[in-house]
Amino acid sequence: MKRTKTMELGVGLFMLAGILGLVFLGLRVSGLTLSAPSETFRLEANFSNIGGLRPRARVTMAGVTVGRVEAIELDTEWYDARVVLSLNSDLEGQLSRDTTAAILTAGLLGEQYIGLSVGGDPDVLQDGDTIRDTQSALVLEELIQQFISNMVSN
Amino acid sequence: MQSKLKQGTAHIARLGRKGCDAMEALGRAGVFLAQSAVGIPSREGWGLWLKQVHFVGVLSLAIVLVSGLFIGMVLALQGYTILVDFGAEQALGQMVALSLLRELAPVVAALLFAGRAGSALTAEIGLMKATEQLTSMEMIGVDPLRRVVAPRLWAGFVALPILTVGFSVVGIWGGYLVGVEWLGVFEGSYWGNMQASVSFINDIGNGMIKSMVFAVVVTWIAVFQGYDLIPTSEGISRATTRTVVYSSLAVLGLDFVLTAVMFGGL
Amino acid sequence: MKVNQPMTDVPFIEIEDLYFSRGDLDIFRGINMTILRGKVTAIMGPSGTGKTTLLKLIGGQLTPDQGRILIDGQDVHRLSRKALFALRKRMGMLFQSGALFSDLDVFENVAFPLRVHTDLPDAMIRDLVLLKLQAVGLRGARQLTPAELSGGMARRVALARAVALDPELILYDEPFVGQDPISMGVLVQLIKRLNQALALTSVVVSHDIKETLSIADYLYLIADGQVVAHGTPKTLDTNQDPRVSQFIHGEPDGPVPFHYPAESFYRDILGQASVTRAG
Repeated sequence: MKRTKTMELGVGLFMLAGILGLVFLGLRVSGLTLSAPSETFRLEANFSNIGGLRPRARVTMAGVTVGRVEAIELDTEWYDARVVLSLNSDLEGQLSRDTTAAILTAGLLGEQYIGLSVGGDPDVLQDGDTIRDTQSALVLEELIQQFISNMVSN
Repeated sequence: MQSKLKQGTAHIARLGRKGCDAMEALGRAGVFLAQSAVGIPSREGWGLWLKQVHFVGVLSLAIVLVSGLFIGMVLALQGYTILVDFGAEQALGQMVALSLLRELAPVVAALLFAGRAGSALTAEIGLMKATEQLTSMEMIGVDPLRRVVAPRLWAGFVALPILTVGFSVVGIWGGYLVGVEWLGVFEGSYWGNMQASVSFINDIGNGMIKSMVFAVVVTWIAVFQGYDLIPTSEGISRATTRTVVYSSLAVLGLDFVLTAVMFGGL
Repeated sequence: MKVNQPMTDVPFIEIEDLYFSRGDLDIFRGINMTILRGKVTAIMGPSGTGKTTLLKLIGGQLTPDQGRILIDGQDVHRLSRKALFALRKRMGMLFQSGALFSDLDVFENVAFPLRVHTDLPDAMIRDLVLLKLQAVGLRGARQLTPAELSGGMARRVALARAVALDPELILYDEPFVGQDPISMGVLVQLIKRLNQALALTSVVVSHDIKETLSIADYLYLIADGQVVAHGTPKTLDTNQDPRVSQFIHGEPDGPVPFHYPAESFYRDILGQASVTRAG
């Protein structure tokens, strides 16, 4: 009887370890957060070119991660990309209306993310507002093309 | 001339017979799986299942975790030397985590499982068959498929995914040890890049699905080989070898198919 | 001894015109047998005549090519899986190797049929198991595992397990093979006693003549897939058929040859048989 008890305990611990391992993978490795959706607010931003930006990319401010890209879709009115950002709710009512959003690249070949920088407008952005001032991703081919045409014209 | 023709047809006939035999065995194995996996375990079956989870799961934990640790460490070491050439060593965490979660953990854990637990299952059931324990159980009026085979099948189905999770966790930790503690990759970028690129559903979820498929296939092969073998000592040793060979091939082949479906955009 | 046994001459198992083959090998070619209720019936024959196969046919594990087997009026091979398992609860079978479950101890082996087929409380199962173990003289060995038992002890535990559910029929597969004289005597005693005490029908498959003759009420002798003789031990002892007397009296050579069929020894030993032909 005692042997089955220790065996049951062993199997129980084994399965518990499996569940804890899965939780670890979820939280630490894939960066799932347990926070409720009410703790974020949404902003939109239109870019003429998003380059290699993908959903779930980071949104940073002065290098600090403050949110994620939630969705990317084509805006058929202007034929540019509409990016939906979800940001920490601490920032709601803190970002000025002339805040700029730029698509930046981590390192030369790294992932792309969005950097926000605030302006000086006393009016602030609210949930669902759109950031007007945006800077598109740098596309390497375009840069090279510019460089070459500059050289030729010189 | 004629004898050559005759020989040729004999070869073709043999090929045909082999094919028929293989199809027949596959059919038998399918019926076997259906008959034994459907039985919902009773109160007593629960105890039998627990015992088998202990045997195939808990006792395989050590070898799986140690292998996971080493594989994570090797990945970090190899990955670092390649990534550092591109100045992208901060992507080390991403590389280690994705290769483990998507491929290495499900596949290597399944191969280890086939060697450690699968072969033991085959030998155990085979020995029960050789010593007429299965026949005598049938004569007592108990179906050995439900009493002997079903708990082992279900134990395997549950144990391998758990072992795979353990493999991934320890592997990522091993990568952290080598990458961050030893080679000096910035800790924040190890975890941060990992979190930015690993998706719970697409990477962890698909890895778990792979692992569940492997669990079914490996346990099925192991238990069927034990049940279907020729009850002699030679038969048992051959069946044990077959279990390891067939399971390994099945795991690697299925891994390609699953990867193509999940990540290849098919 | 047997008072109040009005059903002694009622057949329990009837085997009618049974054919069975394995691959190209014909094992049975038209066997007819009647096994009476409450008797010990022995089926004897040289090794390799398919005696164990016959038991497996009776137990419904193999299906005959032709013919049928009736147990208590039910055709074994026409039953549904469920009815077959129900019928098997009324049978016990003692295997040549004992076939004890290696992952259970002696007590649990004997308790196994009770646990799976009855809802008796643990205390009652314990009493019943100890009773059966007492009957085979192994009550003291209850915590041993099958690996710790000698061959004779294993067979006695298997016997206790076979009678755990108080079956109506016990099939013994070679109960005397490989036993030392003492355990052989014990087993002979046990089979005889159990048959009388529990009013069982017993079928003993064996080629140990002396022991089998001492316990059997009726004997069938099979060879070449057919019943060559049957009768009480006395009538068989005086049977003049050379095949019968060779087997019963254990003569090395006779109608059943000592030598496996081969070409002449002289030619074989000089290596001429095949060489000359090839050359």
